[in-house]
Amino acid sequence: MNVDAPSAPRRTEVNAKTILDIRQLTKHFAIRNAFGFQKGVLRALDDVTFTVDKGEILGIVGESGCGKSTLGKTIMGIHPPTSGTMVFEGNDITGQTPSAARETRRHLQYSYQDPGASLDPRWKIRRSLHEPLVIHHGSLSFEEREQRVREILQAVGLPASHLDLYPHEISGGQQRRVGLARILTLQPSLIVLDEPTSGLDVSVQATILNLLLDLRKQFDLTYLFISHDLSVVRMICNRIAVMYLGKVVEFGDTEAVFETPRHPYTRSLLSAIPTIGGARVTDTFSLEGEPPNPGNLPSGCRFRNRCPRAEPRCAEIEPELRADWPGQEAACHVAT
Amino acid sequence: MTSNLLEVRDLRVSFATDGGVARVLDNVNLTIGRGQIVGLVGESGCGKTTLARSILGVLPKNSARLESGTIAFDGTDLLQVDPDALAATVRGRRISFIPQDPFSSFNPVFTIGAQIMDLMKWKSPALDDAAAGGSGWLPRFYGSSRRKADHDRVLDLLRQVQLPDPEAVLKKYPHEVSGGQRQRLMIAMALLPEPKLIIADEPTTALDVTIQAQILKLLRKLATDHGISVLFTTHDLGTAWEICDSITVMYAGQEMEAASSDGFFKRPSHPYTNRLLKSLPSRDGRIAGIPGDIPGLVNPPPGCRFHPRCEFATDLCRQTRPDLTPVGAGHAVRCYHPVAEEKRHALA
Ligand SMILES: Nc1ncnc2c1ncn2[C@@H]1O[C@H](COP(=O)(O)OP(=O)(O)O)[C@@H](O)[C@H]1O
Ligand SMILES: Nc1ncnc2c1ncn2[C@@H]1O[C@H](COP(=O)(O)OP(=O)(O)O)[C@@H](O)[C@H]1O
Ligand code: SF4
Ligand code: SF4
Ligand SMILES: [Mg+2]
Ligand SMILES: [Mg+2]
Repeated sequence: MNVDAPSAPRRTEVNAKTILDIRQLTKHFAIRNAFGFQKGVLRALDDVTFTVDKGEILGIVGESGCGKSTLGKTIMGIHPPTSGTMVFEGNDITGQTPSAARETRRHLQYSYQDPGASLDPRWKIRRSLHEPLVIHHGSLSFEEREQRVREILQAVGLPASHLDLYPHEISGGQQRRVGLARILTLQPSLIVLDEPTSGLDVSVQATILNLLLDLRKQFDLTYLFISHDLSVVRMICNRIAVMYLGKVVEFGDTEAVFETPRHPYTRSLLSAIPTIGGARVTDTFSLEGEPPNPGNLPSGCRFRNRCPRAEPRCAEIEPELRADWPGQEAACHVAT
Repeated sequence: MTSNLLEVRDLRVSFATDGGVARVLDNVNLTIGRGQIVGLVGESGCGKTTLARSILGVLPKNSARLESGTIAFDGTDLLQVDPDALAATVRGRRISFIPQDPFSSFNPVFTIGAQIMDLMKWKSPALDDAAAGGSGWLPRFYGSSRRKADHDRVLDLLRQVQLPDPEAVLKKYPHEVSGGQRQRLMIAMALLPEPKLIIADEPTTALDVTIQAQILKLLRKLATDHGISVLFTTHDLGTAWEICDSITVMYAGQEMEAASSDGFFKRPSHPYTNRLLKSLPSRDGRIAGIPGDIPGLVNPPPGCRFHPRCEFATDLCRQTRPDLTPVGAGHAVRCYHPVAEEKRHALA
């Protein structure tokens, strides 16, 4: 490796600003046959290492099935990791017991892709918003809870009259707002936002993105922003990690990655975004083929069967992230 | 015969709902030229699928009411054609359909090959109209020579939609192929009857951008090669830019702006379309959005349905719906106060 390499943008060194430190995080799922016998392993997350600074928005991007949600859910303790460590606000949260986890993880929250999943259809919005406080702050009286709930409802831009409605009585965009309010009642410091705007129309997406930026300022939040929508990520994230089949293949400052993508996969992904005023469909270069089955990865570089630049060594040696560019790293043998 | 392949004029469709009658298409117009890819663009609930289904003649029978209007296809008003004849000769033959969710269009218990070959019995171009419209006994005599010809034709089409190893794909079950491959299969099936018009209802919405780029490229190539017109519905303006020759924008059941794709993106003239363009994620960190919510359609706002959210609304807008007003060659808006040149949000 180049000794004069610029400082690694992943900032794998922990410092005073670090809020989350993830090392060699790996999650494998067993692949079972019809009789329940294990016949293989699906490497949904493979050796992922990075740190997150307090107050930043780190984007996680890649095609569906590349392991974005698995990363978020493993950090949240929803899936136990196969190996690796996770340190959040100075506490090692790897393999923590549920009761210890409750206290340390209160400041770490996960916003589900589908807001319906976090709202009980039989409950009025009031009950959905009180419930986390009842669980985590049992000593609060109803009035104290109600006051906090109303403050937060206002912060997410909903009138107090919404407390008496059921989830089906409000729009998709409003459901997302309630989902965020529910998380905010617990005063988190880091929120994993899993596809926070997918399925929303652009005008609703616009209001949710503006809201997320406002809330970050108001409540001092850090976001891990999972999305397959690269134009949203470009607008909102400070740094991004590009994943392909469970591995981070490029990492860096958002502008650097969008302006000078180094990894052939990142290049293909960026050129596929439809851009008004850009190339029409007849002129665009498109990435051939589809990702292979993650239960049966190719040897060497896992992108090689779709890569326009693959060489013989790509089948032999798996490339690791190289910090050879200012503010940017890529895992590719030939990237320059 | 008119020069346009399809002309929808003043189409009114309503739905009976629990809350009352929803006025879902309010005198909508749409024109599709021969060999053109026309984008029907708008946010969810604006009526794209309802318009597509009206053209196909597959509105839900018990809740939908087609109140007035004409749908001229190749010079014939489809609304005046006997429904059985329509089903036999137009729907699924001259006009075919690609749905948003290809999975639900396949039966999970039969192989893909069995399902396509079954379709061929009814939709094969080798079958003439008289036979297709017959009493239903004819297709059961499915001679082996025609079967062989149809099979070869299916394989040929699967190659045209660039499915790797078509013979193997035919032996698979729907869940054994990826979302992108299912969408290629749907395109092949839509091409089978050699249609003049393909209606593609958000065909790439569920796909990743990389696969979307492949499918858009394929659709464009096939439309050109076969001289087919495509009605392409989408809520994504970027996708519309990539593939459409012309664009019609709808809002809450009313069409707001129609123009060539170039004209639309260079000179967006309707207040709603300008707002929509400003809602796209921008690199300077803040997006304008559109204040307010989409209105309900049971008691929609009178006049221009966009008026409660429009910064330029006047009393006239609140009372009377504007007529289509030309603002350039082949470019019209339904608005009393089109956005002036210097205020337009042009992106192209
Ligand atoms: N609970 C699970 N059991 C088995 N496989 C899973 C599970 N969750 C995810 N996977 C698999 O792991 C891979 C990554 O999935 P996911 O993290 O959901 O991707 P993304 O969020 O990027 O779309 C996929 O191949 C998916 O099928
Ligand atoms: N079968 C139906 N019964 C009642 N209302 C319907 C039905 N189908 C659609 N609608 C209503 O018609 C409007 C337009 O829907 P749709 O055509 O599906 O819009 P889009 O495809 O643009 O999202 C919506 O308000 C929707 O709720
Ligand atoms: S290592 Fe080889 S196959 Fe992998 S991305 Fe680089 S050039 Fe392509
Ligand atoms: S007609 Fe009036 S309310 Fe409607 S878009 Fe034009 S200015 Fe706005
Ligand atoms: Mg996911
Ligand atoms: Mg629709």
